Amino acid sequence: MRHRPPRKRQRKMQTFDLEAEGLRALNSALHAQADNTNQTVWEIVNPKGAHAIAVGLDAPIEVNVKGSTGYYCAGMNKQATVHVHGSAGPGTAENMMSGTVIVEGDASQYAGATGHGGTLIIKGNASSRCGISMKGIDIIVHGNVGHMSAFMAQSGNIVVCGDAGDALGDSCYEARFFVRGSVKSLGADCIEKEMRAEHIAILEELLERGACDAKASEFKRYGSARQLYNFDVDNAAAY
Amino acid sequence: MCGIVGLFLKDPSLESQLGDMLTDMLITMTDRGPDSAGIAIYGGDRDGVAKLTVQSDTPDVDFDNLENALRKQIKGPVSMSVKDTHAVLEMQADQVDAARAVLRSIRPDVRIMGHGTSLEIYKEVGLPKDVAARFDLRKMSGTHGIGHTRMATESAVTTMGAHPFNTGVDQCLVHNGSLSNHNSLRRKLRRLGVHIETENDTEVGAAYLTWKMQTGATLGEALESSLDDLDGFFTFLVGTKDGFGVVRDPIACKPAVMAETDQYVAFGSEYRALVNLPGIEDARVWEPEPATVYFWSHNAAPTATEKAA
Repeated sequence: MRHRPPRKRQRKMQTFDLEAEGLRALNSALHAQADNTNQTVWEIVNPKGAHAIAVGLDAPIEVNVKGSTGYYCAGMNKQATVHVHGSAGPGTAENMMSGTVIVEGDASQYAGATGHGGTLIIKGNASSRCGISMKGIDIIVHGNVGHMSAFMAQSGNIVVCGDAGDALGDSCYEARFFVRGSVKSLGADCIEKEMRAEHIAILEELLERGACDAKASEFKRYGSARQLYNFDVDNAAAY
Repeated sequence: MCGIVGLFLKDPSLESQLGDMLTDMLITMTDRGPDSAGIAIYGGDRDGVAKLTVQSDTPDVDFDNLENALRKQIKGPVSMSVKDTHAVLEMQADQVDAARAVLRSIRPDVRIMGHGTSLEIYKEVGLPKDVAARFDLRKMSGTHGIGHTRMATESAVTTMGAHPFNTGVDQCLVHNGSLSNHNSLRRKLRRLGVHIETENDTEVGAAYLTWKMQTGATLGEALESSLDDLDGFFTFLVGTKDGFGVVRDPIACKPAVMAETDQYVAFGSEYRALVNLPGIEDARVWEPEPATVYFWSHNAAPTATEKAA
């Protein structure tokens, strides 16, 4: 007879000690959930800044990481909700496709880079290059973002409840950036844009999704001036 | 890649564990730098006494009777403690120049790794755990220290290409990154009479800081000007007699994490390096800003413009 794990156990919260059992065992166990439609809650203890925690998930499961993570946590995520109860290292939620990643603390450089979809919520600050080359992800940051954020951003939204660093949105395409505080400088071809009713509506939904204590009316919108899409010799200095 | 660690103790009761804590941090950074490892440790400062850390590829020959030979020639007290390929020579501070000259003539193959009153530098090729074991790093005590694990990119894997690099009395440098203008800068500095031994990029960075300070800059000013004159990627951690300093290039793609509690200030290339420090769960943890010089010091009022020793 085909072996089936008891259903009861699947519904129970699974606790995984990363230090004791190792990263491969963890990610294999999480990947094995892919075909399982039951909502399953996982708790990972002793992450201790390890790399590649909960990478490549593809199931509607909830993963709670009890501590801080290293490089590439929740990279390539699909469907899953990964909640880091600490700070996150470089490349968190890199290339996310769908699902939700929540970081209670700060996130290091290039959080949400190249993300195609889903929501990344950072409750502290995000470091440099947040959302670099984003392709549809929504990134909601309660604090500040560092320099070169949204460099070459193609689509999706970034919400920054604090301030943005140097060169926001350099060489961006059709992504939207909503910033409540100051912007240290805008990158090439990035400009402030009018906040119309449709943008207020988008932002209100994002602020609610990110559980932000902020009003849409306090934000300014930035985006592409669309001058660098095609080569124009008059723009040579801006490339 | 490379890994950097640093630990600056505020709580003197931890001083006996400095070597042990730094060794753990260093070994955690092995996969960032398995080629060579090194540590600079500060402590045991005594008035009027200088320390020279020296290295030899043939310690059995070079360190044999070195203490007595030096003592005879400089006509002053010398004590030597040997640790594997390194030895720390202690002498009167005003006899250091004489001792250097004598070493050059009687032990031409011995290389000076560090000079200071409290600084000792140990570095060798090999995995961090093996390097730490060779020098018995765990047993060392001190007030602060910095360490480095190297993944070589710009030059050969050799003892002299390992970090830290001595930049001046009681000063040293470790580096994560790669300098792209090191060849032209090396030529320029050599023309100005600065001694640079290897083809290593970081040694040029260290020599640059030394040269800046010899021509009147403070360490803080030298680090500020490095932001203009050095091209490439760098996170620098510099050890000083009283503490350490951090600076990252303006792009800041080389990682850096700091943690501070009432007991210490710690630096790591990654948070992983800090996870076993006492009270880390409640520490203030942050990333140093790009193009900004930071210093931590045991002095009552540390400043970035503190005059270099």
